[in-house]
Amino acid sequence: MPNKKYASQGHYVAPLEDTPVAPIDKLDESQKARSTWADAWESMRRRPTFWISSVLIVLIVVVALFPGLFTSVSPDKNCLLANSNGGGEPGHPLGFTRQGCDVYARLIFGTQASVTVGLLATLLVTIVGIVIGALAGYYGGLLDSLVSRLGDIFFAIPTVLGAIVLMSVLPSRTPVTVALVLSIFAWPQIARIMRGAVLSAKNSDYVMASVALGVSRFKILLRHVVPNAIAPVIVIATVSLGTFIVAESTLSFLGIGLPPSVMSWGNDIGQARTSIRTSPQTLLYPAAALSLTVLSFLMLGDVVRDALDPKARARR
Amino acid sequence: MLWYAGKRILQMIPVFFGATFLIYFMVFSLPGDPIAALFGDRPPAPGVIAQIRAEYNLDKPFIVQYFLYIGGLFQGDLGTTYSGRPVSDVMASAFPITARLALLALVFEAFAGILVGLIAGLRKGKWFDASALVVSLLLISVPTFVIGFVLQYVFGIQLGWFRPTVSGDAPWSELVLPAIVLASVSFAYIVRLTRASVADNLNADFVRTATAKGLSRRRVVTVHVLRNSLVPVVTYLGVDLGSLMVGAIVTEGIFNINGVGGTVYRAVTLGEGPTVVSFIAVMVIVFVVANLLVDLLYAALDPRIRYAK
Amino acid sequence: MSLPIVDAVNEQYDSSTEPLLQIRDLEVGFQTQRGIVPAVRGVDLTLYPGQTLAIVGESGSGKSTTAQSIIDLLPGTGKVTGGQILFEGRDLTTLSAREIQEVRGNLIGYVPQDPMSNLNPVWSIGFQVEEAIKANNIAQGKEARLRTIQVLQEAGLSDAGDRLKQFPHQFSGGMRQRVLIGIGLSSRPKLLIADEPTSALDVTVQRQILDHLATLTRDYGTSVLFITHDLGLAAERAEQLVVMYQGKVVESGPSQEILANPQHPYTQRLVAAAPSLASRRIQAVKQNDSADTEIFAKGAIDTTLLERAAEREHAAPAKDLISVRNVSKVYRIRKQGFRTDELKAVNDVSFGVQKGTTTAIVGESGSGKSTVAKLLLQLESITSGTIEFDGQDIAGLRGSELLKFRRRVQPVFQDPYGSLDPQYSVGNTIAEPLLAHKVGSARERQTRVLELLDQVSLPASTRYRYPSELSGGQRQRIAIARALALKPDVLVLDEAVSALDVLVQGQILNLLTELQTELGLTYLFITHDLAVVRLVADNVCVMRKGQIIEAATTDEVFDNPRETYTQDLLAAIPGGNFEFGR
Repeated sequence: MPNKKYASQGHYVAPLEDTPVAPIDKLDESQKARSTWADAWESMRRRPTFWISSVLIVLIVVVALFPGLFTSVSPDKNCLLANSNGGGEPGHPLGFTRQGCDVYARLIFGTQASVTVGLLATLLVTIVGIVIGALAGYYGGLLDSLVSRLGDIFFAIPTVLGAIVLMSVLPSRTPVTVALVLSIFAWPQIARIMRGAVLSAKNSDYVMASVALGVSRFKILLRHVVPNAIAPVIVIATVSLGTFIVAESTLSFLGIGLPPSVMSWGNDIGQARTSIRTSPQTLLYPAAALSLTVLSFLMLGDVVRDALDPKARARR
Repeated sequence: MLWYAGKRILQMIPVFFGATFLIYFMVFSLPGDPIAALFGDRPPAPGVIAQIRAEYNLDKPFIVQYFLYIGGLFQGDLGTTYSGRPVSDVMASAFPITARLALLALVFEAFAGILVGLIAGLRKGKWFDASALVVSLLLISVPTFVIGFVLQYVFGIQLGWFRPTVSGDAPWSELVLPAIVLASVSFAYIVRLTRASVADNLNADFVRTATAKGLSRRRVVTVHVLRNSLVPVVTYLGVDLGSLMVGAIVTEGIFNINGVGGTVYRAVTLGEGPTVVSFIAVMVIVFVVANLLVDLLYAALDPRIRYAK
Repeated sequence: MSLPIVDAVNEQYDSSTEPLLQIRDLEVGFQTQRGIVPAVRGVDLTLYPGQTLAIVGESGSGKSTTAQSIIDLLPGTGKVTGGQILFEGRDLTTLSAREIQEVRGNLIGYVPQDPMSNLNPVWSIGFQVEEAIKANNIAQGKEARLRTIQVLQEAGLSDAGDRLKQFPHQFSGGMRQRVLIGIGLSSRPKLLIADEPTSALDVTVQRQILDHLATLTRDYGTSVLFITHDLGLAAERAEQLVVMYQGKVVESGPSQEILANPQHPYTQRLVAAAPSLASRRIQAVKQNDSADTEIFAKGAIDTTLLERAAEREHAAPAKDLISVRNVSKVYRIRKQGFRTDELKAVNDVSFGVQKGTTTAIVGESGSGKSTVAKLLLQLESITSGTIEFDGQDIAGLRGSELLKFRRRVQPVFQDPYGSLDPQYSVGNTIAEPLLAHKVGSARERQTRVLELLDQVSLPASTRYRYPSELSGGQRQRIAIARALALKPDVLVLDEAVSALDVLVQGQILNLLTELQTELGLTYLFITHDLAVVRLVADNVCVMRKGQIIEAATTDEVFDNPRETYTQDLLAAIPGGNFEFGR
């Protein structure tokens, strides 16, 4: 066996002990099998942001469902004008609004409206967007052209602008109508993303293989195309939940979202603007609650995107 | 490029008609009396109602109403405000102010956003990147009107650095604070977008090749990384104009600016439906046209689009 | 038998000449969450001025990492962790960022692998070449423009002057590679690192470009460090070989010596698996003995398999199982404006395939070979002509008739990463055709999946895995198992082994040959690689621009090609003229 030589170009052969030759293309059976979703979960579970945002979201949803668990003070009865804009005191830690109502109680009871609008609107746009985007992208042709042009038209009206117009002529204003109105102008975004993802999944070899195997077209859409196209939609949906909550508060702030009789963070912030100099707490606390909620969903969206991003996966 | 521009303009036409039709349809063909709904709880004088009916041709079939409205649009008749003043008159005085505000905000969000995003992307995982990410998340999650109130209170009232409200003719200097408020959310989005794009491009093969050519680090970053990262940012700017318009309504309302947004804000809060509809229709048209311009800019930045069939 | 470049005598480089590049004990690692993962482990190599040296290895052998570490081009987390890289006696690993920038381009040029992604899409070609010229102070101002044109012309773009303002997407792959070579050589560097510079190109283009590169580097006296996975190419283009495996050098020395007399077991494997022209069709003898597993362990194309002559070829011609008659496929392409152009992807093609044989369709990209496969699989509709399968016209098949046809004709596609749904476990993937055709109960399907996994030599536990956990070769085995699930008569193999490393490729070809003998399968083998054709095919159709220009038995085509195009293709096979030591 020749020695290791530096500057020479003679015939060198590495000692076999140093360079054992492994069997070709042998399956490593020591690793545990994992699906892409399990993989994504594995990566999310390690991120503290995931746990922080999830715990916050669960907490927010519980508050929205059972506000009575968190306060025994009534948010809109027994308001004494004597307490108007008062600071914190025992039993009323966050002080009083201009009408003399308990800020903390209103914060707790206002959760429901914001969360309902956010969840409902997200659910609506996601379902509508996925169905329309998937069908348009997958079947193409006239359906695709029609849906895409229709989407362009709705897309040309910024969500909140359209909502301002529509809300100003609607006779009834409830969290459900606000969610509906926001969805009408927001679905094209999800539909576009879904359509794009479906188009690229549709042209993949595994879809062609399934066609050649004799799997029916619709089954291929359900079994192969949609599961592979859904990841970017999930990410956007998580983030848009937050933006819907912001949109609702903007509408309420303008006075055409939820009526003053419905307790919501947006309404309270809008009403507090006149008292910001004397008692900033009436504005800051509901604003903080709103922002924290939105932040939770944004952070969750970030974590989910990192976990589902194929490029990030390859780097791991 | 000419072909591309022509195609985009052709595509814009149905969108233009579709969007205006949609707004018109929403207002005037919903069940119930649209006039009553527009005025909400404060029924106007009978004379006003008659005037509106005549103006919107409510006695004619719906589709005729729409085309009469569009015909008016092309003759510069943008509708009438609640008080009976032509919208075009109000526009003439309000539009320049809003244009100035929007320009300031755009310049701020584009320059600052791209700069911060670039540095964050180049130093991915370092402290600057981490803090840029946290700040951008916070800015996105706080509604514009809260940022507006807080900045107005802190800088306008407590510190007195800026005038808390803007005077009638809205000079540039007084628009700085409102512009920062208006730009804040978009700034955050641009930071995130630029950062992701820069980090992606840093790993691109052509960047490695550029380095291998012997180019300096500075040139590789500016000419190859940053230049390519601008393409998605510009696309975003188009979409972002929509949120900028909504932001303008809120911001101009808070700072009491006599721009387009401020006019809409007052009309909305006072329940002056016809003014709101007319102005928003104009804003949507501006949005459609602006998006066309952004598309052309996009094509100028990316030759693959320019030469695409 | 030997080539002019290789002729450049070895004795020339004795101790009296100073080496240009010396790599000593190089260690490179990548920082990951689990610590530093070594990619290059103690590599030594020496390159003299004017010499060409090739590093050969499979993907993941560390060959590209070695090359990139020379001029500090390692991606993000990569770092040289030990050893020296001496260039003209100066250790490049100790240079500052500024100093290494002076070396790049100026003293050491670089030609990357993939011409599609290595030019910036938003800048014109002229800009990107001129930029390199200015950065290395070759010329400035107006002169730089003239020099740009000269560089591109020398790289083989004769109309360079008119095309400076065009963008990369307006150039073909071969053209872009010429641009990249021009950039790499623009400042007449002393060393050129060429990292798989032609692996993305068609063989005839590859040959032209490599010939051109060889001429230029010889004229300039440039040394070349050539990175390739193709042993034939390496031997043909370089005097010196360095064979890398798992981050280490296993064998190095003069090319001819290594090919003639490989010493290390890994090199022996590589040499044995190189599909040179000398090899004959693999004949899978029905072997149930232990030699079978031995072949898989070695992975090479065993010569004992090559010996049996094919009696079938001489048997009386049976009726064709597949008969393609005057088939054309026309695509409409939208041009600018409202005009459409017609593209004849397949133009009046006729051929027949007999049961139990392998017919190869060979052609370069754009020849229409893959379209033929899609037409036969009924994934695209035929524009004119007929395809008969077992006496039945397949164009009119609908519903259950079409399903019946699909059961009998199954595909295996090229890209082992794209042809399996990443969300599906291997077990579900293989069971999918059974489910679609409602074959058997759930339990029976499970049994069949295990049987199929065994047939493609994968352990039963593979069924729980997902495609992302498998190598390219393993995925291709899964794709074959899926295709076999319904016990088809015909497999359409569309570039089924093209994306695989040579050893894995040999293994899969062996598997295919065995399965053919065992199950009496008929193969339609679509490929661009003539060397592989000789190993597996009975008949060959050579396609060019949508037409079959030559069709005959494999031996006829190889021994006696009639068309000049076929002759060109044969001549372009790298390493075709070499005697490999077997």
